[in-house]
Amino acid sequence: MKYFKPDSFDDAIEIATKAEGTTRFLAGGTDVLVQLRADIVTPDTLIDLKGIDGVSDITQNNDGSWTLGVAVTGAEMSEHPTLEKDWPGVVEAMDLIGSTQVQGRATLVGNLCNGSPAADSVPAMVAAGVTLTVKGPNGSREVAVEDVPTGPGKTSLSADEVVTAVHIPASGAGRGDAYERFIPRTEMDIAVVGCGISLRVVDNVIVEARVAMGAVAPTIRLVPDAATALEGSTLDDAALDAVAEAARAACSPIDDKRGTIEFRIDVAGVLAKRVAKTAYERARAAQ
Amino acid sequence: MAFDQQKDQQFKYIGTRPKRQDGIDKVTGQAKYGADTYQAGMLHGSIVRSPHAHARILKIDTSEAEALDGVKAIVTRADFATGLTGENWNILENIMADKRALYDGHALAAIAATSPLIARDAAKLVKVEYEPLPHVTDIVDAISGGAPIIRESSIEANVPEGYHKNICRRFECGKGDVEVGFGEADLIVERDFFTEATHQGYIEPHACLAHMTPDGKGELWCTTQGHYNVQRICAALLGIETSQLKVTASEIGGGFGAKTTVFIDPVACALSRKANRPVKMVMNRSEVLRATGPASSSWSTVKVGMKKDGTITAAQGTYRLQGGAFPSAPSESPAQVTFAPYDIEHAEMVGLSVLTNRPKQAAYRAPGAPMGVFASEQVLDEMAHELGIDPIDLRLKNAAKEGTKGVHGPTYKRIGLIETLEAAKAHPHYSIPLKENQGRGVACGFWFNFGGSTSVSMALSEDGSVALSIGTPDIGGSRASMALMAAEVLGIPYEDIRVTIADTASLGYNDNTHGSRVTYAVGLATIEACKSATQELCKRAAGEWGIDPEAVEWEDGYARPSGPNAGSFEPLSLKQLAAKMTQTGGPINGHFEASPQTAGPGFATHLVDVEVDPETGKSTVIRYTVVMDAGKAIHPDYVEGQMQGGAVQGIGWALNEEYVYGEDGRLQNTVFLDYRVPVASDLPMIDCVIIEVPNPGHPFGVRGVGETSIVPPLAAVANAVSAASGVRQTRLPMSPPRVLKSMKEGKVVG
Repeated sequence: MKYFKPDSFDDAIEIATKAEGTTRFLAGGTDVLVQLRADIVTPDTLIDLKGIDGVSDITQNNDGSWTLGVAVTGAEMSEHPTLEKDWPGVVEAMDLIGSTQVQGRATLVGNLCNGSPAADSVPAMVAAGVTLTVKGPNGSREVAVEDVPTGPGKTSLSADEVVTAVHIPASGAGRGDAYERFIPRTEMDIAVVGCGISLRVVDNVIVEARVAMGAVAPTIRLVPDAATALEGSTLDDAALDAVAEAARAACSPIDDKRGTIEFRIDVAGVLAKRVAKTAYERARAAQ
Repeated sequence: MAFDQQKDQQFKYIGTRPKRQDGIDKVTGQAKYGADTYQAGMLHGSIVRSPHAHARILKIDTSEAEALDGVKAIVTRADFATGLTGENWNILENIMADKRALYDGHALAAIAATSPLIARDAAKLVKVEYEPLPHVTDIVDAISGGAPIIRESSIEANVPEGYHKNICRRFECGKGDVEVGFGEADLIVERDFFTEATHQGYIEPHACLAHMTPDGKGELWCTTQGHYNVQRICAALLGIETSQLKVTASEIGGGFGAKTTVFIDPVACALSRKANRPVKMVMNRSEVLRATGPASSSWSTVKVGMKKDGTITAAQGTYRLQGGAFPSAPSESPAQVTFAPYDIEHAEMVGLSVLTNRPKQAAYRAPGAPMGVFASEQVLDEMAHELGIDPIDLRLKNAAKEGTKGVHGPTYKRIGLIETLEAAKAHPHYSIPLKENQGRGVACGFWFNFGGSTSVSMALSEDGSVALSIGTPDIGGSRASMALMAAEVLGIPYEDIRVTIADTASLGYNDNTHGSRVTYAVGLATIEACKSATQELCKRAAGEWGIDPEAVEWEDGYARPSGPNAGSFEPLSLKQLAAKMTQTGGPINGHFEASPQTAGPGFATHLVDVEVDPETGKSTVIRYTVVMDAGKAIHPDYVEGQMQGGAVQGIGWALNEEYVYGEDGRLQNTVFLDYRVPVASDLPMIDCVIIEVPNPGHPFGVRGVGETSIVPPLAAVANAVSAASGVRQTRLPMSPPRVLKSMKEGKVVG
């Protein structure tokens, strides 16, 4: 195994382009290093991104949007003075991952690129409309988060591409987002079902919504029907029932050690309702 | 007698809560655990394990692994003793397979190399040819129709013809005539109950360092609950004399029964013998879960007859316990334990041991009892509700007391069950109103407790301080308890006594730290060892004063004339006598060896409130109270620690912990992420009420407390979840998917 710590993304891409066998980019390492120790994936090339300028910066742009470096940790997001006010759902989703120690290392991009259908931060990012800058030998492109995972452990990024930044849109007035997961314990677990919702209200009416479900399909799912169920409503019982039904309809889960198909579909609806209520309350308060 | 009613002035040190002597080492990271021993030139071991649940081993080719640079030795079954019988054979078969791999993770070969990574890579180069065989991992499947027979030769003679051939042992006990008893009943309830295998979940994985030398001697450092037992088994498996192997126990990061046997220690010894270098082995968590010993899974059938007033007229139970591919499931235990708290005229209990393709079960805190009690205490709960009787009153009505002949045979001396029930009923917890979706559960539990072979020695220093050597690894604060008992007898401060866990070459034989025996039996031996020293101290004082030794008594740290007739002399302190000991007759030491038989049985009553989310089936424990008879709490902090620990492990067992096997017979949840023990935020503070009904068989009244605490919680939590969900929960774990399904279907989940 060869370890590199380049000081620019261009160098990182060059190393990745030349590398043979298995390559892993190292940010927090909370998946990469664990998989290495557990003898699951032993990379031939390990490229540490933490030596690149700006990878730990959290910046709010003039238009109100946010740019986060790829090595920004969960703890840094939670401790940021204003990020959570704009995007409480994204921050709370990231904060759910792992222990206090893991929070000091784990990153949004790592959580996404690990490719787990149960990744907690991903439904929240999808709901919030987060995009990434991805750079490769042929230049940069912008990618929506929902277009990255393609299956368990798989992403749409090619072997010589690296994520260089995370962009969270401006939240604006009347915006509320929330994430909740179901686990049988209170901490230190993997989502059996996850749900992220972002919505915007005007005069208490939902004018715009995005709903994403985790751990109920091979990838995180954006559920347009659930968004439609919310839009135009004041989150009355009919809207809640409709969002639950749409969330359940979007599920194609598996039976495994963490939960049954029946249970996951059932709880997807329960969580969609609960998360919608939280997001709605936050949105109303932000009008 | 409630805890705070026992007169404090009776004791000066006992019942206080001083800091443990190993505490600073532990909180500063200095304490040496199993993996913390190193030797110059040591090698690192790894193990090749079967990926099949059941397979014939056709060939093991180690040539490629041997050729890898850094590999120094490879062992297989051929490197261990032959001709073993009984449990020694079973242990060898478990730690190194011979002709068949019997479960996923079964060890087949081991490698010693110059680094852990080389050892791990070499393990992948060992080529094993298997012929996969049909397998069975579920207890019900294992004793049904076409299940593969695991090992017919292990069926004991008393198993009747016609039983399934995976039932290898049968035990029965009881009294009276259950048909007569059921005839007298107004209400009869019979149900089946199922529990999954759970792991003890100790934080510290198994670890050891072995150094065998060409002169046939050896040393072993390991994490264990009993280094004398490790010594005996390793010597047998290696084919050497017991005393040629010196074993030293490290600090231990939890055992809960499972570190009373061995897995890697004989393997490290065999590798060291072959490589002629020290060999260290440390298991990873997946190895611990796949290839050490979880508790049995179970299938229990319990039938109880009761009069309208709550009097139990008859109890009948069949307890089937799955012990892996070895005849070791503790099926005698639930047969004896489940109805032991009650005075029942007619009872009939059967215990059956079942073989499957799973790892050899190991002891887990009151082995076999929690799963049986999960069945019996739920049937009693259901009947109390049916008859409109308060569940504590129902138990009080039938409670065993001094003079009751237990259903398992013995007649009780003084016991404290009734006191625990009365204290539970009077506890504020029992009258807190419940909210919607909440339920309250009550359950009682019994455990025999044990004495066991014990050696203790103490040595007095010239400055009056004392070194106490015991041979039972400290898994629950026992060094502090021994120091308190020694301080009480000698009349010197707790801080003046240093307690050491001696190695096998430095102190006589000791049984394991198990059976809730240490505070009772080692405590008793400590008291007697110290008394033998105070007798000698009295003799030295008598010599000083020129009077008869019988005219001197030991009181509160001083030798004093025993009465006016003895003469008037200034009392001599332990310090004064110690300072002169080399001139007055030589060193003063005390020792005691025995196998005490007077352990007092333990009883407990647990109360728990659970809230069940009706939309997800998730159970949250919101309140938990343990009431237990400790006889006499020597160090109350560590008694409470045992009470809380047992309750917490029981909550995990009840709600989310389970061994999940796939269709392929392989264990699917081999890390703590998926083997779900409760985390701190899942739990309320566990409230403890210590009851002290002294054990007449111990000088200070001590009863063991380590195991009784895990006997009731499975049933208590199930009773609470049943009440909260409105559905009787007969299957563990009560995971959210299972509870939600039961609530939707509105019937018993069987």
